[in-house]
Amino acid sequence: MAQSPSSSVFAPWDDPTKKPLIRFEGVTKRFGDFTAVDNLDLHIYEREFFALLGPSGCGKTTIMRILAGFDPPSEGTVWLDDVNIAPVPPNKRPVNMMFQSYALFPHLSVYDNIAFGLKRSPMPKSEIDGRVQEMLRLTRLEKFARRKPHQISGGQRQRVALARSLAKAPKLLLLDEPLGALDKKLRNDTQFELMDIQEKTGTTFVIVTHDQEEAMTVASRVAVMDNGKLMQVATPDRIYEAPNSVYVADFIGDVNIIEGNLRPQEPGKVLIDWTEGEAPIRAEANGGLTEGTRVSYAVRPEKIAVSAERPDDRANVVQGKIIDIAYLGNISTYHVQLPSGHMISAQMTNSRRIERRDFTWEDTVWLSWTDTAGIVLTQ
Amino acid sequence: MNFRRFLLVLVPYGWLLALFLVPFLIVLKIALSDTALSIPPYTPTLDLSAGWAGIKDFFGALDFENFVFLTQDDLYWKAYLSSLKIALISTLVTLVVGYPIAYGMARAPQEWRPTLMMLVILPFWTSFLIRVYSWMGILSQEGFLNQFLQWAGLTSEPLIILNTNWAVYIGIVYTYLPFMILPIYATLEKLDVSLLEAAEDLGCSRTEAFWLITAPLSRSGVIAGCFLVFIPAIGEFVIPSILGGSRTLMIGKVLWEEFFSNRDWPVASAVAVILLLILVIPIILFQRNEQRQRELEQ
Amino acid sequence: MIRRFSWFNATSLTLGFAFLYMPMIILVIYSFNASKLVTVWAGFSTKWYGELLRNEAFLDAAWVTLKVAVISSSIATVLGTMAAYVLVRGGRFAGRTLFSGMIYAPLVMPEVITGLSLLLLFIAVGLDRGVITIVLAHTTFSMCYVSVVVSSRLVAFDRSLEEAALDLGCTPFDAFMSVTLPMIAPAVISGWLLAFTLSLDDLVIASFTSGPSSTTLPIKIFSAVRLGVSPEINALSTIMIGIVAVGVIAASLISKTRIARMTRDEQAAQQQ
Repeated sequence: MAQSPSSSVFAPWDDPTKKPLIRFEGVTKRFGDFTAVDNLDLHIYEREFFALLGPSGCGKTTIMRILAGFDPPSEGTVWLDDVNIAPVPPNKRPVNMMFQSYALFPHLSVYDNIAFGLKRSPMPKSEIDGRVQEMLRLTRLEKFARRKPHQISGGQRQRVALARSLAKAPKLLLLDEPLGALDKKLRNDTQFELMDIQEKTGTTFVIVTHDQEEAMTVASRVAVMDNGKLMQVATPDRIYEAPNSVYVADFIGDVNIIEGNLRPQEPGKVLIDWTEGEAPIRAEANGGLTEGTRVSYAVRPEKIAVSAERPDDRANVVQGKIIDIAYLGNISTYHVQLPSGHMISAQMTNSRRIERRDFTWEDTVWLSWTDTAGIVLTQ
Repeated sequence: MNFRRFLLVLVPYGWLLALFLVPFLIVLKIALSDTALSIPPYTPTLDLSAGWAGIKDFFGALDFENFVFLTQDDLYWKAYLSSLKIALISTLVTLVVGYPIAYGMARAPQEWRPTLMMLVILPFWTSFLIRVYSWMGILSQEGFLNQFLQWAGLTSEPLIILNTNWAVYIGIVYTYLPFMILPIYATLEKLDVSLLEAAEDLGCSRTEAFWLITAPLSRSGVIAGCFLVFIPAIGEFVIPSILGGSRTLMIGKVLWEEFFSNRDWPVASAVAVILLLILVIPIILFQRNEQRQRELEQ
Repeated sequence: MIRRFSWFNATSLTLGFAFLYMPMIILVIYSFNASKLVTVWAGFSTKWYGELLRNEAFLDAAWVTLKVAVISSSIATVLGTMAAYVLVRGGRFAGRTLFSGMIYAPLVMPEVITGLSLLLLFIAVGLDRGVITIVLAHTTFSMCYVSVVVSSRLVAFDRSLEEAALDLGCTPFDAFMSVTLPMIAPAVISGWLLAFTLSLDDLVIASFTSGPSSTTLPIKIFSAVRLGVSPEINALSTIMIGIVAVGVIAASLISKTRIARMTRDEQAAQQQ
């Protein structure tokens, strides 16, 4: 694969010379009065591991079903390799899907499930066995080839579903909540397995999930959706560090949201007046913001330090009383109430044993963070 | 719609139109015709070769005479009323007999239940005619019931049961009992035991808990069971003609005799139309009960 | 409900099942009675079975009944399965309400009306009454039963299995044959069995639609029992009850062992 000259990392979306594999142009899908997908534009590139993330009912599954061919779009066009796929029925599309329920055929063995699609493809009969064996090896299922789906465990079923949908070497693989039915421990192992298989086969993956941690772990880019609209499409670190809206900031991870009025300073610097009796928050923000704009300031709890003494070197310092401590093992979250009534959460890693913890309930502590820790949001 | 799908819809649809809807329209048409001593034994017959005039004559000759006749001869309305009465009484008796059985099945140990279910369903698969017939030997004057009663000294004279309405009630209760048991059992089995425990915890006695919790929660099963017995019982023919006597009036039997013995097709058709109109009400009520049940389960 | 199985429950079950089975048990016992008097026991004998086998009229009627039942239930199974598929998966089409109405109406229609209306149709189109008219009549009402049985299975069946088949390259017809049909096969088989027994059992509709040369067994039995209880009919009934009992018990044992095997396999799979 040709890399763009400016970088060696995989980032085709930043390269204007690359053509996307899939293009959604003004796609809308309605079910009766309900608009599941609302005027959507989206590009997905070859070899991407693309995640559609959002709460249930946000339209992510509908996008997947439009790609698979089960639901035609009400308006707009979907291009796959410059072909409008609207008139192509599901059985003629170079797209395969891994179903949330796995949809393994209960009357067929693992082997026959994987061979099912191949038998209906132009592949000569003599090559089918080789391909099935290859898939069994890839998903470590060689021992279970003769078993029926009800004779294997949940994790194995998940791998059969994956092998079956990959067998035809589709241009695009759709995964609908692929890990949803697995327990937490198995899910973590399987995430890495999925990434590994995606890399080995070089297939473009589009995954639908409501689990933000899962999306952040596996995907090269994440699209956060709400009410049929794309809220933000970016790499996981951008989504986390630079959310473009309160919705995205709040949906991904924990965040403190403070509302206030903007006061622009020297270029790139702003002050936010947020409450009586506290110094304005110092933050960085791009130009174009006018005096007095109502903004939301978002800062992640782990960016806020807790200390007994007032630190001198931090841009933002407030004092408050610890109301609650949530002990999560590796980290603790402190819920601190300010004199103004605002609650702010701060996170500290527990490098010491619990009985030697510095702070406890009712302690008065200082919270501090730098001017680059938070982000100013206008929507 | 592609051709294959069109064919898939058309074949069963066409079949039902031709063999269910059209025949029923013919019944309606004959019900409005007059009896005639000809083949077929009614007039008018539609003469399409006469064109528009033929169609006009045809519709002009139709009238409600047969329906007027049905109201004048008290045989018919007595038969309708008697069918309703027999169906109603048998339904209530079936409920009283069936509910304790369904209740006992729902209370039975888990591992017995599939067997008990099978025992209730088994008679379904056995010939209806044979099940009705099996009562003839029991209910006749020298039958097993009378032998038993006389042996036990409960009566000195044999009771006359066969060929009376009593035998018809017994026959209906017996043959339709599974229809009553199954829906009631289905609702009772789903009933959450902790509800009863909660009721008793809150101070109900067992009997109170039954009337306040179990009975209302099994209502939909009871309603379904009652309609499943009542609806077919109204139009029943086999039971009154085998177990009933000459004085047992049921509309299914009247229709049969009107058609086969009197060869009065228009009157038989009119009887059928009225019977159907009577059935529409319980059928709609039954559908509504089922609908509500489905909505509750979602 | 798992709770106190009381004496009241035990008594109502015992009496209830005695009521359901006693008449048939008496019938079976007295079919082996040597006496012509059906309510007086006069020693064990199988002579009525012999008489039955020599009765040409009964054998002919049995043959007609069997022929009608096999043909009509087979056609009804195909039509009923199609109808169920159209109802559950067909989406919207013109006249869908009428269609579902026509599927459910015959289930509650009194047999006398169904029989009468079909007879009047056959006369109107000039079709001679015989085996063909009985087959047409039986197919019409039993396809509705088949369709109800099959559609309840189709509703419960995971739609994504069909979508997976399409996704893997099946045409809709191929998907139906290779995935849907194997999955709904148990319902299709029980639909066929139901249609078969309904046809075997039917007296009223067959009486309206049969001709002089095509008397079925229920018609024969009916005209015999109107004259009173007869030991030959007892013998015939015993044979019919026996066939049904063996069939139903065998079917339930087969499904029981299959379910047991499934559960065992699933438990084994979880322990790997």
